[in-house]
Amino acid sequence: MNHPLDPVLVRLLGGVLALLVVASCVGAVLARRARDERAQATLRNFNARTNAWWVMVGVFAGALALGRTGTVVLFGLLSFLALREFITLTPTRRGDHRTLFWVFFVITPAQYWVVWKEWYGLFAVLIPVWAFLFVPIRSAMAGDCGEFLGRTARIQWALMVCVYCVSHAPMLLALRIPGFRGDSMSLLLYLILVVQLSDVFQYVWGKLLGRRKIAPNVSPNKTWEGFVGGIVTASAVGAGLWWATPFDPWQSAWVSLAICLAGFAGGLVMSAIKRDRGVKDYGTLIEGHGGVMDRIDSICFAAPVFLHLVRYGWT
Amino acid sequence: MRGDAVAFLGRLVTGARARWLGCEPDPRQRIYFANHSSNLDALVLWSVLPAAVRAVTRPVAARDYWSSGWLRPWLAREVFRAVLIERKKPTVHDNPLIDMLEAMGDRHSLILFPEGGRFSGDEPAPFKSGLHHLGTRRPDVELVPCHIENMNRILPKGEILPVPVLGGVTFGAPIRVEPGEAKPAFLERARRAVMALEAR
Repeated sequence: MNHPLDPVLVRLLGGVLALLVVASCVGAVLARRARDERAQATLRNFNARTNAWWVMVGVFAGALALGRTGTVVLFGLLSFLALREFITLTPTRRGDHRTLFWVFFVITPAQYWVVWKEWYGLFAVLIPVWAFLFVPIRSAMAGDCGEFLGRTARIQWALMVCVYCVSHAPMLLALRIPGFRGDSMSLLLYLILVVQLSDVFQYVWGKLLGRRKIAPNVSPNKTWEGFVGGIVTASAVGAGLWWATPFDPWQSAWVSLAICLAGFAGGLVMSAIKRDRGVKDYGTLIEGHGGVMDRIDSICFAAPVFLHLVRYGWT
Repeated sequence: MRGDAVAFLGRLVTGARARWLGCEPDPRQRIYFANHSSNLDALVLWSVLPAAVRAVTRPVAARDYWSSGWLRPWLAREVFRAVLIERKKPTVHDNPLIDMLEAMGDRHSLILFPEGGRFSGDEPAPFKSGLHHLGTRRPDVELVPCHIENMNRILPKGEILPVPVLGGVTFGAPIRVEPGEAKPAFLERARRAVMALEAR
């Protein structure tokens, strides 16, 4: 069932590759034509982003080719790296050291082990219940009461966003959808594709037409024109990908709209946290994109929405 | 080769990156002096240097700590080529200053932690006088303030298990002992120069 040569998957991945080839060609041609300094800077950024996309698509396709285990491991690593960036930005104290050790090396791998076991019951409660109880207990045992509630809340929040929310994406592979003959891997690819395209289209529409800012204090680059253009375009693409999913075209449009909105909200919330901490990016790992968290902020919010919509509506 | 592998490992574990604010990486003779809160400090500062600079840079470290067990002496001797000094009771025969000057020669740079030990407070502890002595004896050597970030979160004093928070090292503008500058005034100025590099 998880055979990498599933025809639907091949078509989806082929589409992505075609897009990247087009983006690379357009970037190369425009970079040669650009004359003034500002256009050149924009194109350097565009080409750095395109190159980073090649790498990210390569890593993602490699993981898919390794099947369910490879995919779960990839998302586990993404969670780990995102958590690393998030905790770095979050002030914690000496008394949190051993709690954090548990968070990184026990709770995070445990969540992905549960995903791999397709154990939905524990998947749903491991972090919201068990980690929620464990984190403050471990910190209290360390004996430091200073700013206790704030520290506990920040660690729990980091776990929820970077690990719990992200783990909903590979948990899609555990869904058994009656009457759906496709590969559940294509559902995961659909989610990532629609949400990431929504980010790209919002960026493009915003650059072309962006005038009115949505929340200038939170994210100066988000405009109403980019928001509407990006989400409508990405939802239309999502509707056009109905053949990879158990949805009909209209359902596919509405589901795409829902995950694009959730993705937008994720980007906005994670930006608010960056502004609160006084930084522009979560990290420096991916050139042109910032850190891992800057790239997957929209997935954090879209993955749980998507998993539960499909679970309630189609299983 | 072995050094490159250890440096790569150091950067991988600590996620550390160098920010060159006040100077550029350069294999000229320098003394990099930094705040000290973790056993990883010397490793991380050394690891983020470009290979050519790293090849001529030797960390100054406490002999009592780096002589015990088998791994630490091996690392100190074969990888870091550390300058091991006596910090508990220096004597005429066992003077850290002579050791450091000899180790520098006319080629090598040093990594120095002038607090003389690891401190977990919010600010660096008062600096010991070694930095001033070195600065007066070798006025040709640049004294580069460095701020090491988050190491006390990765591996605080008294812990053995690291947490993978991202670290970083900021390199500031070189300072020198001004003519007629009193020792305490210089040491306090050097300490302030390190503190001023703290990112936020």
